[in-house]
Amino acid sequence: MHLKRLAIANMLGAATALFMATGAFAAGETLTISGFGGNLQKDLRATLWQPAADAAGVTLSEETQDGLASVRVQVQSGSPTWDIVHLGADECAVGGKEGLFEPLDYNTIKTDGFDKKAYGEHWIATNTYSVVLAWRTDVYKDKHPTSWADFWDVKAFPGRRALSTYPQEMMEIALLGAGVAKDKLYPLDTKLSLERLKEIKPNISVWWSSGAQSAQLIKDKEVDMMAIWGSRVASVIKDGAPVEFTYDNGILGYGCLAILKGSKHVAAAQKFIAGVVSPEVQARIPEMMPYYGPTNNLAFKVGKFSPDVLAKSNMSPENVAKQTFIDANWWRDNNELVREDYSLLISN
Amino acid sequence: MTAAALDTQPLNAGLLGDDERRHRLAMFGLSVPAMLLVALVLLVPFSWLAWLSLFDASGALSAENYARLLRPAYVNSFVSTLEVAALVTGVCILLGYPVAYLLSQLPKRAAQILLVFVILPFWTSVLVRTYAWLVLLQREGIINTWLKQLGLISESLPLVNNLTGTVIGMVHVMLPFLILPLYASMRAIDPVYLRAAANCGASPAQAFRQVFLPLSAPGLGAGAALTFVLCLGFYLTPALLGGGRVAMWSTQIADAVAKFANWGAASALSVALLVVTGLILWLMKWGVRRLGTSLGER
Repeated sequence: MHLKRLAIANMLGAATALFMATGAFAAGETLTISGFGGNLQKDLRATLWQPAADAAGVTLSEETQDGLASVRVQVQSGSPTWDIVHLGADECAVGGKEGLFEPLDYNTIKTDGFDKKAYGEHWIATNTYSVVLAWRTDVYKDKHPTSWADFWDVKAFPGRRALSTYPQEMMEIALLGAGVAKDKLYPLDTKLSLERLKEIKPNISVWWSSGAQSAQLIKDKEVDMMAIWGSRVASVIKDGAPVEFTYDNGILGYGCLAILKGSKHVAAAQKFIAGVVSPEVQARIPEMMPYYGPTNNLAFKVGKFSPDVLAKSNMSPENVAKQTFIDANWWRDNNELVREDYSLLISN
Repeated sequence: MTAAALDTQPLNAGLLGDDERRHRLAMFGLSVPAMLLVALVLLVPFSWLAWLSLFDASGALSAENYARLLRPAYVNSFVSTLEVAALVTGVCILLGYPVAYLLSQLPKRAAQILLVFVILPFWTSVLVRTYAWLVLLQREGIINTWLKQLGLISESLPLVNNLTGTVIGMVHVMLPFLILPLYASMRAIDPVYLRAAANCGASPAQAFRQVFLPLSAPGLGAGAALTFVLCLGFYLTPALLGGGRVAMWSTQIADAVAKFANWGAASALSVALLVVTGLILWLMKWGVRRLGTSLGER
């Protein structure tokens, strides 16, 4: 009995010593990063954040953010407990405009291989996601929809449809369906877009508001075709549901990182972000996070990928060519008004 | 008149009055901590909220936050919130009144057992119940599948992702809030009154309408008011069962805070909801009192 207790005490002592040793080894600086939580955050940490933190010699601690409002509260407190935040690009752009973020140091962070729309003074995109057209293969057996024009063609493709309750990406989809050219999308013709949405409205059975809900809709055959995130529909297909999707006509959006104003670890955070967007770390995305994509195009030069991985990645050269990038700055300036018109349209 | 009034006062009126004043003071003293707590956690934040609503995004004093409430998107969701709340309250009354009546007429033991079934939904998370409705009501859900197998319908009924689904889900959540106060007030009605009515020649239907219904009106009013007010603040159920179509005021408040970080706008939305809720409660109280007296007089 006594011996046992002694052994446990010894073990605890050894563990403490070990813990302190590793703590000292990690240079002592801890960065707190706040993201969307859930599986996405787990994947991002394993794929991007951890290797970048190791390279920068910092320890990572994780939190979950609840939109830009929670970031604003952090900054307004004067001493934010978060150093870095992972958001949607439009939120990053709004936050930058509001002065919530430290400017990024583009001497440390290299933007070679980046699209001009993929970074701003205060933020940089670290991953992409796609909004795609998905359909039930048991409903559309011989002839399936291949574009947003088909989505709007209720005669040729009858069936129940779903779109998101958030106007972002949906406004773009409506214009693509109306035949607006990909490179002529922005500034969005909101009037035409809303008209098109009004036209399809009687055939929209559900306006979804969360990723989980969107996946359930097509999995349970509540709808026959829909606009959905690529990663979500991929997991539905993996579960064996008779569903297919196409990157054709898809909308590419960005997830981004920014440093909170007032953070006490700005220099370390710059180094960390530089690591996240480096081609080597970005090249981990296609294999570890299929259906998401790297924002640094050099990732496809650095990494060697099998044709299967490339077919799945939304950023592989042939898949990118099929899609359109979202303009975060346009949404930064127009979101609130568009949102009002859009919510009125779907609920009226 | 004054002399007569004085005559009826007992001799120790002064002493009794002192006693009552002392008693009231002691009661007031006892309730001070609770009132302080209410002031601290309710009045202070609410005053702050009302204060915030007077400033626009740049921090200047303006009525902008209230002016925006007149824009069509807000008016639409405000009207739809009131409609949903009224509809749910109406359905709850139709379903809940007979249940409460039955419970109040049963022997106490039997009523208590049945009450457990009324309270049972309280013990399950709203989220779980809402998802359960989704499973039951959706196109390939249990109800539509059965109806189709029985040959009653050929096409699935649109039971969810619309107003119907929202009302079903909300009624399920709200029924106990209506039944419990109603049952309590019905239990308090002395059955002797009904027997007296019968003695005077009233048929059971007449006795119910002229005696029981007016006496249960205060409980019905309390239950209906509770249901209605709670419905105004619903967020989760309409979001999950409404298919994005049922615009609720609470969604607008959540958007203003979470999506646009516009505290001023969110505060104005909340103040407007609170004022309208207060107004409706006052009207209902007035209406119930009138209903009670007019039914009783007939």
